[in-house]
Order: sequence, then structure tokens, then C-alpha cells
Amino acid sequence: MKQYTLAVATLVFLVLTTGATAFGLLDAYYQLVLMFIGVNIILSASLNLINGYMGEFSCGHAGFMAVGAYVSSVLSVWLFTRDGKLGAALLSPELAVYLFPAILLAGTVAAALAGLLVAIPSFRTRGDYLAIITLAVNYIVKSIIENTEAVGGARGFMGMKKVVDAMTEVADLPWMMIWVMIGTVFTLLVIRRFVSSTYGKGIVAIRDDEIAAELMSVNTRRLKMVAFMLSSGLAGLAGGLFAHILGYINPGSFTIMKSTECLVMVYLGGMGSLSGSVLSAVGFTLLLELLRPLELIKWVVVPFMLILLMLFRPEGLMGSRELSDLFPRLRAYHRTGRE
Amino acid sequence: MLLQVEDLRAAYGSVQALHGVSFHVEEGEIVALIGANGAGKSTTLMTIHRLPPPEAPVVKSGRILYRGEDLLKYEPHQLVDRFAMAMVPEGRRIFGNLTVQENLELATYTRKKSDEIREDLERLYTLFPRLEERKHQRGSTLSGGEQQMLAVGRALMTGATFILLDEPSMGLAPLLMQELFRVLKQLNENGTTILVVEQNARLALKYAHRAYVMETGRVVMEGTAAEVLNDAQVIKAYLGG
Repeated sequence: MKQYTLAVATLVFLVLTTGATAFGLLDAYYQLVLMFIGVNIILSASLNLINGYMGEFSCGHAGFMAVGAYVSSVLSVWLFTRDGKLGAALLSPELAVYLFPAILLAGTVAAALAGLLVAIPSFRTRGDYLAIITLAVNYIVKSIIENTEAVGGARGFMGMKKVVDAMTEVADLPWMMIWVMIGTVFTLLVIRRFVSSTYGKGIVAIRDDEIAAELMSVNTRRLKMVAFMLSSGLAGLAGGLFAHILGYINPGSFTIMKSTECLVMVYLGGMGSLSGSVLSAVGFTLLLELLRPLELIKWVVVPFMLILLMLFRPEGLMGSRELSDLFPRLRAYHRTGRE
Repeated sequence: MLLQVEDLRAAYGSVQALHGVSFHVEEGEIVALIGANGAGKSTTLMTIHRLPPPEAPVVKSGRILYRGEDLLKYEPHQLVDRFAMAMVPEGRRIFGNLTVQENLELATYTRKKSDEIREDLERLYTLFPRLEERKHQRGSTLSGGEQQMLAVGRALMTGATFILLDEPSMGLAPLLMQELFRVLKQLNENGTTILVVEQNARLALKYAHRAYVMETGRVVMEGTAAEVLNDAQVIKAYLGG
């Protein structure tokens, strides 16, 4: 029974938050922060797969997020709303509620394919190439979007609010809050499954010693591609959610700055620690919100705290441990791959 | 013939490392490659195992046949699941962030039959009881000897019938060296073919059936372990008088 406690607790939390939002107990600002926490959890957990568990260095996570965001936004606006450029709604707007997961999935798949394109050349060689290529891809994605008039170019793309409104007309629920929660839980489940599988041991083995992993029959190149596709795909999911939360996206939201935020969350939480990634995503999002009154000085304070972190706790909050390693009693509440 | 290496020439960049190495291994044998530092013993093993440069040199000419099939076409990870051959690399190279058990499980990456895997794991733990005691410890926390046992155990868990070992005695206490070779002998008696590269010639020759002596990228002598052990030049060069 105990092993279901975590699942039940998550469900209760979901119902409570959704309920609180639906009955107006949570004001719009707190809702937004809560949703951003979800998106950031997805971003940091998925990046941790590559930078933490696998020990490679990807620094263009925002690029894949942008792919997911634009693909799912364009799809949902094209299918469900009347838009100046994309024409009349192809499907009845009421269907938006049912088809939204498929739209998010389309963004996820598109981002995963973009990830594959990056993975093919960069995993042919070992070393730091991935960092350079992902950095370049981040810029390429951003400038492609900036120069594509069909999706609004540098002005950005909007219309997703109408889709969300269409969902609310079918049933008066805080839909985006629900989708973000589902997306976050889905991501964490997928990643936990992945890292505790043989594949997961494979990527940790690649971090420890790639040659030895290859000698132990691990097809390292393919495994690295699979992991990278999973990671970039989930970044696309985060992008899709992010776009529909705001209702407006522009290339400026997916710059190297955003990628850096993702990196910060991974290293803050600890490389190779899923609970670390969740904690740091929550902490980092809240911290940025708390420091908002400082305005520009925020960007002095946050990096300074990072320097302190690197000096005094270079392995991040959790190192490569999970919460259940620090508090063994927690282990009874959920099953992990580790015995 | 299980493994046949014919006139293998290989180079690291412009530096030629192997100048036409030829030897063979029969099924069920323990074959030792002995020789001084830099003779090309480890290089030969890494070339057989198709490691990408810079780990291994680029093959210029020659053939490596395993049961008549040319290994040069394959990648390292394919050697394990297609040909059931596994390597215990020099310096152990175990996965420090994985537990002992996870190290062993990873070696079964491409194996499907879980009941066979479980049997193999049980057999391995009877062979190396120390590993079972430490099975939930991370690999990096093991002592040198334990790490070497884990490295051998890992190769066994791939289900390999042919094991190549690169300097297995390096860094081990004399007692552990003997222990390790006794285990290898035991495995061999149960049907595993073994090719071992070893600097400790006396130790290797005590357990091997046949041996090849290498010098500067060439095989300079071959014969049964007894023949090699009694050869005057070998005694002078490698056995210390």
C-alpha cells in the first residue's frame, strides 16, 4: 500500500490545485508561477538526462523547446481557431479539449526529430562537439523563426489563448493548469522509468567510461541518440505547454539565456539526480519570482549565488543522490530501480 | 580454429604499431601473449576488439578471422552479442557510479533470456563470493582486487565463450594474482576460451596452454607454455635469469 502513497499524494495535490484554481482561491499570478514551476521541472529533468546522467554537455535546450512551442502552437491555432494567416478553423473548436494532448505530442515529436538531427553528427565523435553544435542549433532555430513570416517572424506568434478559451467553453476548468500538471507528472514518470531501466544504466555507464560500455555490448552511439531524442522531445513538450500558458510566443523567449536557465537548474539540483532537478526547478523559479522587485539587479544576484554554489557545493544540492538515498524511509513510499 | 590473426599491420597515425602479427587461438585453449612493455600485446588485443582510435590503432592490412568471419567489419558492441567474445580491458574500467550488481547487469545489455542471466549471476557469485557481499556498493568503492574480479565477472555476464584479458594481474597482490588465474583456469575447464595478455610471463605461462612472445610489434616466438618457459632467450629476457 505504502508504495502508492507518492502517487496518491501527487493526485491529491493535483486535485487540490485544480480545485483551488477553479474556485478562484488561487489568484492568477500564483497560478502562473505554479505552471512555470511545472514547465521548468520538465526542462531541468529532461536536460539532466543528457548533462547529468549521460555526462555530455548540451547547451541549446531552449532551441528544442522553441521547436515544440512553435509546432504545437501553429497546429492548435490552425486547427481550432480562425486566424488571419492560417485561415478558418479546420476542426470544431470544441474538439480542442480532446485533441490537445495530440497537439502537445506533435510538438514533442517534432522536437525529438530536431534532436535526432543534432545527435547524428555530434555523436559520431566523442568530446565537446555536442556543446558547440547545440549552441549553434539554438541560434539557428531562433533565426529561422525570426525569418519565417508565416509564424510572425520576430514579432511572435499568438492565438493560443483562443484555443484555451475554446477548451474552457466545453468545460469550465483551469485547463492549462491541468495539462501542465499532467505533462510534469508524465515527464517525471518517463524519465524515472528510463533511468532505472537497462538503458538508464547504459547511459550512466557511458558517463563513467564510454569505451568500457561499448565493450560490454552497449551500442553507445545509438543509446546516446535515443537519450538525446528523449531529452529534446520532452523539452518540446515543455515548449508546447509554455506557449499555451502565455498565449503568445516570440523567438526572444528561446534564446541562449533560456538554455542557460535550464543548465543552471540542472547543476543546482545535482547531476544525475531526478529529485534534485525537481527541487532546483521549484527553488529556482520561486527565487526568480521573489527577486523580481530587484529588477536588473536580479541578474547580478542570481549569478553570484551560482558562483557561491560552485565554490561551496560544486556537486549541486543533491549530488547524484536521490531524496530517497538521503532519507531511506522515503524508499518505502515509492519503488525505484535501485534496490 | 576459433580466432585467427593473419599478418596484422596497424598504425597510430603515422607510427606503425603492429608489423605483421600472426597467431591463432583454438577453441578451449588458454593462450598467453607475453613480452616487454611496448611490444604491442595490448595493441593487438584492442585491435582485435575493434576499439575506435585513439584507443586502438587503425588497421592497415591483414585479417582477423573469428570462426572464419572477418571481424574488421564489426563495431565493438557487436562482437559481444554476435560472436560472444568479451574483453577485460587494461585498468579494469569498471563503472564507478553503478553498483556492483548494476555493473554486472549492464553486461547483459543485449541478452534476452532472463532465467539464463539469473543462473549466470548466481554462478558468478559462487565464483566470486566477495562480489556478492559488495553487490550494493558502488563500483568506485571497491579495492583494486575486487575491481579486477568485477571486471572479469562483467565479461562473463555478457555470456561470452571467448574472453580476452588485458594485463589482468596489473596492480594485484601476488596472492590475488594466483587466485585470479586459478579462477580463469576453472572457467577454461568449463569451456571458456581465453586469450590473455600478461607482463608477468611466469604467471601466465603457468596457466596457459600455448604462448606467443611479442617484441616491437612482431611475434618472435611461439610454442606450448612449457616450450616457451624453457627457452633460454625467454628466460633471459622475461623471466629474470
